[in-house]
Amino acid sequence: MRDSRPFLGLNVERRYRLVYKPAVFAASLVPFAWLTCCLFGWLGFSAGVDPVKFLELECGQTALNFIFLTLLVTPVRHLAGLPHLPRLRRMLGLFAFFYVALHFTVYVVLDLEFDWHTLGADIAKRPYITVGFTAFLMLIPLAVTSTNRMMRRLGRRWTQLHRLVYVIAAFGVWHFYWQEKKDVREPLLYAAGLALLLGYRAVRTWRQKRQRRPVLRPVREG
Amino acid sequence: MAPRIPRIPPSKITPPEVYFNRRSFLAGAMAAGVGMSIGVARAAVLPGQAGAPLAFTPNPRESVAALVHASGQDEKPNTYEEIINYNNYYEFGVDKTDPAVNAHQLQTRPWSIAVAGEAEVTGTFHLEDFLKPYALEERIYRFRCVEAWSMVIPWVGIPLASMLQRFKPTSKAKYVAFETVYRPAQMPGQASWPPILPWPYREGLRIDEAMNPLTLMVVGLYGRQLPNQNGAPLRLIVPWKYGFKGIKSIVKIRFTEIQPVNTWNQATPSEYGFYANVNPEVPHPRWSQATERRIGAPLFHERQATLMFNGYADQVADLYRGMDLHRYY
Repeated sequence: MRDSRPFLGLNVERRYRLVYKPAVFAASLVPFAWLTCCLFGWLGFSAGVDPVKFLELECGQTALNFIFLTLLVTPVRHLAGLPHLPRLRRMLGLFAFFYVALHFTVYVVLDLEFDWHTLGADIAKRPYITVGFTAFLMLIPLAVTSTNRMMRRLGRRWTQLHRLVYVIAAFGVWHFYWQEKKDVREPLLYAAGLALLLGYRAVRTWRQKRQRRPVLRPVREG
Repeated sequence: MAPRIPRIPPSKITPPEVYFNRRSFLAGAMAAGVGMSIGVARAAVLPGQAGAPLAFTPNPRESVAALVHASGQDEKPNTYEEIINYNNYYEFGVDKTDPAVNAHQLQTRPWSIAVAGEAEVTGTFHLEDFLKPYALEERIYRFRCVEAWSMVIPWVGIPLASMLQRFKPTSKAKYVAFETVYRPAQMPGQASWPPILPWPYREGLRIDEAMNPLTLMVVGLYGRQLPNQNGAPLRLIVPWKYGFKGIKSIVKIRFTEIQPVNTWNQATPSEYGFYANVNPEVPHPRWSQATERRIGAPLFHERQATLMFNGYADQVADLYRGMDLHRYY
């Protein structure tokens, strides 16, 4: 399914702007709506006996899922032949930031109840919180530089800066792994997924480099 | 910043009745021993389903009012719904809600308990015979999980001391070891691969910890038969220790001379020790134990200071005099 094929009589530009982007936006808000319903017990949803922990874990995992979605854009674009797919990536990235910020807010407001002393101690002394907090901090410049203007202004450096997302994803998985008491099966699954996503990029880059290299090298004389 | 909660003497925090009733516990234990030998039933836990009413002695002096926390507020027991729907019982799955869903698969009748090791009386007993000699009593205890959440729970049970004395432990009995039932067919968590923990779950106490009047063998909750997800038909509660010491669905009790294996220590020795006393000053390697979140408290009022020995220092601190609690965590 190529996304440059006509659909509803709209060209690619309009199709993304009028159909795909609003759809992705609405879908990205579904977890937020679900969490809100759980918290307030609407529509028969429930956050269970420990709503704080529930919100914390669900926001964190949703954030990680969105980071993974941004990383999926490139492979899906290549493998499914959707050259315009990256148009959706900024929105996915900003939703990742939104859910990370929500995760952090739940932690500070509902879990720690604004105990700044404990927050400081947690960040400094609890390795899994240090790692998670660092990932959150690294996401901030990416969110700030996500506008078209910043993209133009930074040029080549923008691409370099946004490669930080690989580190952020790794830190996110590490944070997930380290907070588990014992059952690390799910974090390990995420780690495997990340290895695939990054491995795909590494292999592709390596292949491209090799292709660019001249097959026949000039024989040195003498 | 949340206001720092001033500490008040632990004597105000813990139910003093337990302490002052030591002698009556021991007397009861001896009477129980006699009761068994001459076949007099003092109280019976009837074979029945989880949730069936129990005949027990409510202990009015160990009422909610006696549980005053450092904040000066009365500590309200958690609701029955909270207690039966938020469980760490990995034999039924690792999520807090798994046990409530899966625990009905466990057949708790008939049930027998094997007593072995350094004691004069050993053997395998039917649960009913095992419990027959004792009067049940209610104890409202704080429950502090190593994951830094807590509850207040009205258990119904029998002081472990009175139970153990009936088997006449010898002078070689320095420890007591416990084991959970191993039934992968009824406990999906035990059947999952790779194993989450080395099964069966095992725990142990030093004999003086086991004989402390606070240590309780639990058969009920809120005046009813213990639900399976809370460890039916028989579980341990050691209120000054982290919750994982409270081994559930016990089938074996062994008196030993050497320190027994406990499962969490075996699985992750750097994070979980044998003693596992609640101690706000000794953090878990990955998180602080200085505070805890009280499940069911209103939002913004859940977090509170964790108390030394979970607030039972008056009754148990002597057990650890001279020990480096950072080393023996």
